[in-house]
Amino acid sequence: MSDAVKEPSMLLQKEMIAKNYEAITSKNETGRKVASTFVPGNLNELLMCFGIVNNLPEINAIQNGMRKLSGSYIMEAEKGGHSEDVCTYVKADIGMMGKGNIAPNGKPFPEPDVLLLSYTGCYTFMKWFELLREQYKCPTLMLHVPYEGDGHATKNMRDYIVRQLREVVIPGLEQVSGVKFDIDRLREALRLSAQAEEHLVWTLEQGKRKPSPIDAYFGGVYYIGPIFTAFRGTPEAIAYYEALRKEVQARIDAGQGPVTPDGGSFDDQKYRLVVEGPPNWTNFREFWKMFYDEGAVVVASSYTKVGGMYDLGFRHDPDHPLESLADYCLGCYTNRNLPTRIDILAKYVEEYEADGLLINSIKSCNSFSAGQLMIMKEVERKTGKPGAFIETDLVDPRYFSAANVKNRLESYFQMIEQKRRGAAKAA
Amino acid sequence: MTIDTTSKPTESMPTETMPATAEIVERCRSLYEDLDFSAARAWKAAVPGRKVVGFMPVYAPLELIHAAGCLPLGLFGGGDQMEVIHGDAYYQSYICRIPRSTVELGVTKRLDFVDGMIFPFVCDVIRNLSGMWKLMFPHVWSKFFDTPQNFDPEVGGRYYVEELKELRDGLGTLTGRKISDDDLKRSIALYNENRRLVREVYAFRARAPWKAPTSEIYLLMRAGLMMEVEEHNRLLVAYLAAAEAEDRPKRDNVRVAVYGSFCEQPPLNLIKSLEMAGCYVVEDDYALVNRFITEDVSTDGDPLEALATAYLKHSVETSCKYVPNEEDKGKYHVAQVRKARAEGVIYATPSFCDPALLDRPMICRRLGEAGIPHIAFKYAENSGQMQPIREQAGTFADSIKLWS
Ligand code: SF4
Ligand code: SF4
Repeated sequence: MSDAVKEPSMLLQKEMIAKNYEAITSKNETGRKVASTFVPGNLNELLMCFGIVNNLPEINAIQNGMRKLSGSYIMEAEKGGHSEDVCTYVKADIGMMGKGNIAPNGKPFPEPDVLLLSYTGCYTFMKWFELLREQYKCPTLMLHVPYEGDGHATKNMRDYIVRQLREVVIPGLEQVSGVKFDIDRLREALRLSAQAEEHLVWTLEQGKRKPSPIDAYFGGVYYIGPIFTAFRGTPEAIAYYEALRKEVQARIDAGQGPVTPDGGSFDDQKYRLVVEGPPNWTNFREFWKMFYDEGAVVVASSYTKVGGMYDLGFRHDPDHPLESLADYCLGCYTNRNLPTRIDILAKYVEEYEADGLLINSIKSCNSFSAGQLMIMKEVERKTGKPGAFIETDLVDPRYFSAANVKNRLESYFQMIEQKRRGAAKAA
Repeated sequence: MTIDTTSKPTESMPTETMPATAEIVERCRSLYEDLDFSAARAWKAAVPGRKVVGFMPVYAPLELIHAAGCLPLGLFGGGDQMEVIHGDAYYQSYICRIPRSTVELGVTKRLDFVDGMIFPFVCDVIRNLSGMWKLMFPHVWSKFFDTPQNFDPEVGGRYYVEELKELRDGLGTLTGRKISDDDLKRSIALYNENRRLVREVYAFRARAPWKAPTSEIYLLMRAGLMMEVEEHNRLLVAYLAAAEAEDRPKRDNVRVAVYGSFCEQPPLNLIKSLEMAGCYVVEDDYALVNRFITEDVSTDGDPLEALATAYLKHSVETSCKYVPNEEDKGKYHVAQVRKARAEGVIYATPSFCDPALLDRPMICRRLGEAGIPHIAFKYAENSGQMQPIREQAGTFADSIKLWS
């Protein structure tokens, strides 16, 4: 395949990521401290208050997936005694350590100074960092975020998170960094976060247009990049979103669809889909191509909400800094109960005028996957629109069967056509 | 306040004719095998207004359910006796068995008498099932119960006390009856006795495993999670007395501990297969629940605080609980192995069980460091083919005999 065509915002993001990897891998020279942490429940603004660089193992696994390295890392972890059954992000990370722990910039990852175990929306995070802790023997700060079992956060949950921030996380980060916590610094970062979040929401909501100027899944994973990773709360993130907005606005003005990796603008959109579940990373471009080749654009997705549900109105709030970090953690998509997830997806199908819900069920991920068959049936029932189910994995190439996925997608599009013909006849 | 916790023999078991272990075990087996839950249904029907509250692995404060006047009913999937027809339509092939067979129990109306369901925090699968239950059975009070992963009384403890209050209020709404502190203390005392007796049975088995085979102990514990605690206490007393009195042949088996089996349960045949392969199971984490809290819960002071303290300070190490210090990881397992004088560990996990499987390398490493031999295998609640497991366990037993 030829090199993917990249828009200026993508190139900007690439530079930002490269800079962050540089900051991580040069920590022994610069003396900066590095924290490993997770995307859902990511407390980037807080880390910035202590000058700590943010390293996200999930993002490393994605990078390794896209660069076709994850397969051998996973095998390495399995050789070391890890089960074939468990989350492949964990195994890709552990296998990478076994194979030299090389960062995408070709330099070795230094050992983290702290593991910030913010435990939001997924149980496996806890095991993952227990495993890393065994290796690195570094301080581990647990932030337990209770699950919204009854479909909403309670005061008790919020208070508990704030107490943990005050009693565990902040003192722990002070100790690791030697920097005293300054709440005004946090407020300032949160102010910047909220601005970037406005831009992200605007971008994602453009999926409501016809044609959609964005792809809210394959393109969406780029749009969420800065906010979900090491840049929330930075001026760079705002600069990125301003650039992105300009691009999207230009496409709206020209009546164009999103730019595909082949460089074309995808204007002839026959099917509008809502997608639930993370994408497959090992065959990302091939996977995306199966959609635009058939004329399918993704207008909304749940994956772009794992690091925060800004479209539902949440913004980081400088006036209530710790409380707003708590609310953020509580509200991430996979921390919401099944009925809420169904409501959100059904709302997307309606509001984005989609033809239906497609679920990409990930073998690795119980947090997302357990219950998805019911999600599909319920969203179908609520919206009257057909749903479809495909199965892949995040970063284990053994579980990406292109022929199967393609077949399923083709049948789904036929089903949508039939449904349309039925509706036209009835009218 | 003094609370009478003396166990009395059950009415169906007159003291003059003490039942043999076989009789007790038979009763437990019929409860365990009855997936229509006739006994729990009968309990409910006996008095108008009674409610049954189901709970899943791995721990729920049963005292609260009991104090609400409800029957806590342990639900551990469908085992190997139930054909799962509908449940498979709810779950992908790469998800463990217990949620699908639990759904099967639900959709086939085997649980239509269950008024409330508690889904404790064991993993994302059970967590998500709690939401599915709300949708599938909207008239059932369904509660996801999230215990803290921070064990500081001022942080996790305060959160947990509030969660317990919420649980108490939920049960109060379900039954229309307020749970008083005294009600709760009485229940705590009964469950303290239950835990003490359970520990005694476990200690007895560790002392004389030939007199208390795990295939029996397992049934005794599982049945206990389906009956009133008072009755289970009497049954445990009766079993201990009967087992003590009976002579049974002592085999040249090796002593093993089984870990990793806290949620989805192995079929009974698997437990028997280990015994047939030459292993006495002298310690295990099967279905934890009644061994989750390791010491008495205080009956002084605020009972919710007491339950919280017990969880924070005196609960087992298991995969769904965070271990704050790296050096403590697996310490519990090593200590338990030593205490039960087990010669090896079988780490037996359900297939696709992330918590147990991700823990496995860490726990096994600690066992290795402590010089404790171990093997690992996976099972499903409906595993039928026991030959490979028997062979693996047999080889393990032989190697322990040879090298110890
Ligand atoms: S189970 Fe899912 S959410 Fe959890 S770490 Fe793995 S991929 Fe991420
Ligand atoms: S068996 Fe394991 S994965 Fe399955 S529900 Fe239980 S803890 Fe979760």
